[in-house]
Amino acid sequence: MILDIGFETMTREDLEAVQLRRLRSTIERVYTHVPFYVKKFKSAGIRPDDIQSLDDLKRIPFTEKQDLRDNYPYGMFAVPMDDIVRIHASSGTTGQATVVGYTAKDVNTWAELMARSLAAGGATRGDIIHNAYGYGLFTGGLGVHYGAEKLGACVIPVSGGNTKRQIIIMKDFGPTILTATPSYALHLAEVAEESGISFEDLKFKYGIFGAEPWSERMREEIERKLNLTAVDIYGLSEVIGPGVAIECYEAKKGLHIFEDHFIPEIIDPVTGEVLPYGERGELVFTSITKEAFPVIRYRTRDITSLNPEPCMCGRTHIRMNRVSGRSDDMLIIRGVNVFPSQIESILMEIEGVEPHYQLVVDREENLDVLKVMVEVGEKVFSDEVKRLQKLETEITENIKEYLGVSVKVKLVEPKTITRSEGKAVRVIDNRKM
Amino acid sequence: MRVEQLSVFLENKAGRLAEVTSILAEANINIRALSLADTSDFGVLRLIVDNNQKAVDTLKNRGFTIGKTDVVAVEVEDRPGGLHKILEILNASKINVEYMYAFVPSSGDKAVMIFRFDAIDEAVKRLTENDVHVINGSKVYTM
Repeated sequence: MILDIGFETMTREDLEAVQLRRLRSTIERVYTHVPFYVKKFKSAGIRPDDIQSLDDLKRIPFTEKQDLRDNYPYGMFAVPMDDIVRIHASSGTTGQATVVGYTAKDVNTWAELMARSLAAGGATRGDIIHNAYGYGLFTGGLGVHYGAEKLGACVIPVSGGNTKRQIIIMKDFGPTILTATPSYALHLAEVAEESGISFEDLKFKYGIFGAEPWSERMREEIERKLNLTAVDIYGLSEVIGPGVAIECYEAKKGLHIFEDHFIPEIIDPVTGEVLPYGERGELVFTSITKEAFPVIRYRTRDITSLNPEPCMCGRTHIRMNRVSGRSDDMLIIRGVNVFPSQIESILMEIEGVEPHYQLVVDREENLDVLKVMVEVGEKVFSDEVKRLQKLETEITENIKEYLGVSVKVKLVEPKTITRSEGKAVRVIDNRKM
Repeated sequence: MRVEQLSVFLENKAGRLAEVTSILAEANINIRALSLADTSDFGVLRLIVDNNQKAVDTLKNRGFTIGKTDVVAVEVEDRPGGLHKILEILNASKINVEYMYAFVPSSGDKAVMIFRFDAIDEAVKRLTENDVHVINGSKVYTM
């Protein structure tokens, strides 16, 4: 269902007019209230008046994660602290945490975008949403929560963890929509199976999964094991949280970016040059309606491409393809660029292999060694050693053929790869450089 | 004529085999025969036990990957040339042995070998034709 027909199906011409008006007002505000942006604009010799068209956006320098860290905690806020009603923060696992703030209007905007997203993913007023995204500083849990209430659906704020209890709730409360990270969804399926509960006996119709990259094959597996229609949701706290882009359940082919609130660009991660539609590169966002924490040309580090083709669902907003990696997760193995997602697609091409893998990089005698750990499930297991060795060889050869890099494949027992309750740990880089 | 064999995927890590035997012992399952094939990274443990369903359930519950394969238990005369006679028959019929291992019955004076064939029906037919005793599955579990 399209929740906001007016904005979500707007013609390109009208949409661009809205974008330009909102962009100019955002630029004006950050130039008045955020010293960081004043400095940035001045160093590039730009004044707010110079932004006369959407095309002028590319004259503005990028904002990077490091800029947010440098202005920790509140340096990037564009309103006085009195107007801030909510704080979220990134986990900071890869460095200092980044803090984002919301005004009451921002919280409302976010709830509206999440309500639109849930509707695009199949939810309606009458649905019961089992929300297994973590509640807290992470934006996932509360993002879905406010969106669900805005939509008028019923939300179970189960949060992450305590999987056995979640299974009981799923059985007894009869939720119809599941929201979780895709790896946690698969974890739920495993635990349900172990507890002798079949998803066929549960009431789920749709699942809205995100907060980590996943693949088409993982979607097939989730849909089969959880007996529901699965769509991808995208967002990041720096831009607003979940609800920046959503896949419609009608097409399930790329995520509509809410362009009346965010302007996307794809750039070459090395040169910073803006790339045309269809080309793969790093996704950059400018938020054009946020009050407390606007970002101008923020580099997400997510690798994807944009698809301007009309969609069967009727939305006119541009679609981004599945995020296929992170420009900073990119591993350089003996000079070859490797994204974990590429290894995942190759594994998923092999009949019976499940998406449970981990990449371990070591440096042995000054050479990079990439080890691909793959769990042996029942479908690929054999009583004959030679068949298992054949599987190892097949994976090694396919990776060599598609990516041009030699790897060592190691078959491991099920569940030896950390299945965190949140995000799966895909890469362990032991290289000391 | 077939015997159901279980196989277990094991990483080459200290204590993994003992873990399997301890789980089976706890569940009061008797191992009738066993063979381990391994590489530098992993091993495949093959087992004939007295209660397959219980063994499968218990090991799966503990997170092991389990496979089931049909194998054949063949009585071998316990004297020089006993095994050779059987391999000759198979060889003459061009039947490939994937692997085999010994089974020690607790009674009787004959030795028993477990064979894994790709062409299992053909193998049983040739052996029987040549007066080799192929032992019934149900009998093997409790021999």
